Amino acid sequence: MGRTKNQPTGGQAPVVQRIRLRYTKRGPLRFTSHRDFARAVERAIHRAGIPIAFSQGFTPHPKISFASAAPTGVASEAEYLEIGLRERVDPADLCKALDAALSPGLDVIEAVEAVAPGSLADRITASLWRIELPGVSDEQLAAAVAAFVAQSEVLVERLTKQGRRTFDTRDAVVSIGAVSSQTSPPGVVVTAPCAILDLVVRQVTPSVRPDDVLSGLRVVADLEPSAPHSLKSARATRLAQGTLTPQGEIVDPLDADREPVAIGER
Amino acid sequence: MRGESVFPQLEQLLPLVSKPIQYVGGELGAVVKPWESATVRWVLSYPDAYEVGLPNQGVQILYEVLNEREDVLAERTYAVWPDLEKLMRERDVPQFTVDSHRAVGDFDLFGLSFSTELGYTNMLTELSLAKIPLLAADRDESHPIVVAGGHAAFNPEPIADFVDAAVLGDGEEAVLEITDIVAAWKREGSPGGRDEILLRLAKTESVYVPRFYDVDYLPDGRIQRVVPNRPGVPFRVHKRTTMDLDAWPYPKKPLVPLAETVHERFAVEIFRGCTRGCRFCQAGMITRPVRERSITTVAQMVHDGLEFSGFTEVGLLSLSSADHSEIGDICSGLADQYEGTNVSLSLPSTRVDAFNIDLAQELARNGRRTGLTFAPEGGSERIRKVINKMVTEEDLIRTVTTAYSNGWRQVKLYFMCGLPTETDEDVLQIARLAHNVIKSGRQATGSKDIRCTVSIGGFVPKPHTPFQWAPMERPEVIDARLKALKNEINSDRSLGRAIGFRYHDGEPSLIEGLLARGDRRVGAVIRKVWENGQRFDGWSEHFSYRRWVDACAEVLPGLGVDLEWFTTREREQSEVLPWDHLDSGLDKDWLWQDWQDALTEYEQDDCRWTPCFDCGVCPSMDTSIQIGPTGHKLLPITPVNTGLRVPAGA
Repeated sequence: MGRTKNQPTGGQAPVVQRIRLRYTKRGPLRFTSHRDFARAVERAIHRAGIPIAFSQGFTPHPKISFASAAPTGVASEAEYLEIGLRERVDPADLCKALDAALSPGLDVIEAVEAVAPGSLADRITASLWRIELPGVSDEQLAAAVAAFVAQSEVLVERLTKQGRRTFDTRDAVVSIGAVSSQTSPPGVVVTAPCAILDLVVRQVTPSVRPDDVLSGLRVVADLEPSAPHSLKSARATRLAQGTLTPQGEIVDPLDADREPVAIGER
Repeated sequence: MRGESVFPQLEQLLPLVSKPIQYVGGELGAVVKPWESATVRWVLSYPDAYEVGLPNQGVQILYEVLNEREDVLAERTYAVWPDLEKLMRERDVPQFTVDSHRAVGDFDLFGLSFSTELGYTNMLTELSLAKIPLLAADRDESHPIVVAGGHAAFNPEPIADFVDAAVLGDGEEAVLEITDIVAAWKREGSPGGRDEILLRLAKTESVYVPRFYDVDYLPDGRIQRVVPNRPGVPFRVHKRTTMDLDAWPYPKKPLVPLAETVHERFAVEIFRGCTRGCRFCQAGMITRPVRERSITTVAQMVHDGLEFSGFTEVGLLSLSSADHSEIGDICSGLADQYEGTNVSLSLPSTRVDAFNIDLAQELARNGRRTGLTFAPEGGSERIRKVINKMVTEEDLIRTVTTAYSNGWRQVKLYFMCGLPTETDEDVLQIARLAHNVIKSGRQATGSKDIRCTVSIGGFVPKPHTPFQWAPMERPEVIDARLKALKNEINSDRSLGRAIGFRYHDGEPSLIEGLLARGDRRVGAVIRKVWENGQRFDGWSEHFSYRRWVDACAEVLPGLGVDLEWFTTREREQSEVLPWDHLDSGLDKDWLWQDWQDALTEYEQDDCRWTPCFDCGVCPSMDTSIQIGPTGHKLLPITPVNTGLRVPAGA
């Protein structure tokens, strides 16, 4: 009786299982913005009949949380999200169903049940990026990288929602180096003769994105591709993200949840 | 090579433009077929930005109907924003489809759907980027046949120079017939070229081919006559009507985009046509007769569409949804079926009576309450008689008060300004009405926490309506009336604070009026204004009244007419109207009588519930009203979320 007319009726079922997923943004669908992807994944969850849990309140929201999403236009082999379910499911089945419900290019490649303590976000401290630079020669890139590494600070400017900001790009870069185009991993298509850059960048605030590092290379070495290419048409791909080890390697954030099962089976 | 993807070239440009996802495709429900698999290839366009064009029902229905045929391939293209247009011109990238990124110029047919006339300039951008000559007369066999459809195609004369053909009315069957005619002609080796295929289409009497008609003018600028200039071409072209909508339950596989669009929901058309007889409403006049989808088909479409799309919102659409003969059972049945799920149902609510609130209550059972909009359209009782919108002030106050009492804290009231015979007083009455709504609402709820929004649109007289002869009001007068109305609403500060006021300036309406009732001479204005950079006329930030006025001043005097001649001038009964040779089924004498009735404030009933009043549509089109009740009821269904499924079609 105490309930007023404007309150929603009935509660939402509680979360009984949390699943963590790795997904990709490949090819043309790298132009999907994070907002677009969030909407698409919500619909895909409904289409796949996944028993998603909802938040309480007037406008219940599905329990989905995303770990640091790649910028619009940047491809990724390693994006992560977590969903809360109101009924238990087999993670492998969920992986298959959700992948089929999403457009090709947005591919769900792994799902594990969250068992270890700590959030996904806590386990992500750095990313490995690969950047293809059409119109840039290997020598040009090597010289720019050497100049960049020699500095202790490389300031760049970017237009953010808060206006024009100046920040350092050097400190967040753990490693930077040119690679030969023969070693490109599956999913990365080399379309034109171009130099390739690998980068490990720590997660900092304000975030340092792959295009910021390119701006840094321009600042220190006037790096500029030959026409009609520009640094804006460089193609970046996130190859991995996770916990940065003292050795400079990146640990898959799903490892912690996978481990107990893996040990039992060994 | 024809049909080749231009994506590699386009991809270079995408990092440089805003919202690149809109050019990428990859929608759920999109169909990609090998080029060689099809005999006839269509490209369909809603010539506006992707976010507006993608949800368009007409394009989605035709896309699906065409692609269901094995020998047919249909893809879609939308207007690109000026940032991409500039780059495409610089780098020589042609207008492309979003499905397979094929060049638009490679297709056999290029269908454009015009809900309003404001897409005309965007059509020219699309043609030019596609490297299709702007003038139909300059095209040859290598170019697609450009076909216009949609409501604006009921007077395609202003774009007669740019289109090869126009189809009036429902498209489902029309596109398939055109496809068959084109397929047969291609199989025969395309005899007689472009001229022959257009002639074959014209002979069906339901495809209008402007080039086969000559327009003669009188010395005073009026049209003398429009006559075929070729044997075998009919004097009049008739609209198409798809009967038995249960047999055409489209869209079955609605397009679900990655990009954000203006309507994020699954829409089901519960009936087509309207016989309410609102005299300003072109849609209501040209889509007669009323044809309902049955309650069982509606429920099936909702179920299948939600399962396919993953949408959580359903709109039950039509021109007056509460008028469906089984709307009560549809709403309660669907509310039962989706109770406890996170699906929300909505009904565009324009009917001003308590029944509408009952329906909205029913649909809100799931905890999600959608907005309520009522459309009295006119502020005074007198003007509502002129436009034949039979709503009394008492009805409106009672209905809105009921809404407030049932928990709605905000309602929207929709009106028009610039209606025929309208005076300043008619418009000021809107303020009094809004004040009374708030007063009664506060009384009924005992709360000050209620609001209403008064939203005002500019009236544009449209072809095939009783107001097709009416003079438009000048924009200065409209703007002055709206200003006075705003002051009147705020004259009582306490009430005024609870009333939101939204309106459009008079200027865009005048241009829409020019394009709606224009004749072939207006084509030169459209071309001129487009050459001067005009694009996206439906967007206030892109619309330039100055540019349109300048283009009119440059082009029209040489043709003996001007902007006012097309807009603020009243037509006489004897005048040949530019669309008289295009048959919507409405009897011109009946329309004239209804116009006279408007002037004497005489109301017309709805033929769904009262005897036929001889508008002419049913006998001339050999159609009849198709309504229920069927007597069927919806049974509870198993909840949607039982077990994982691997959906098809992704």
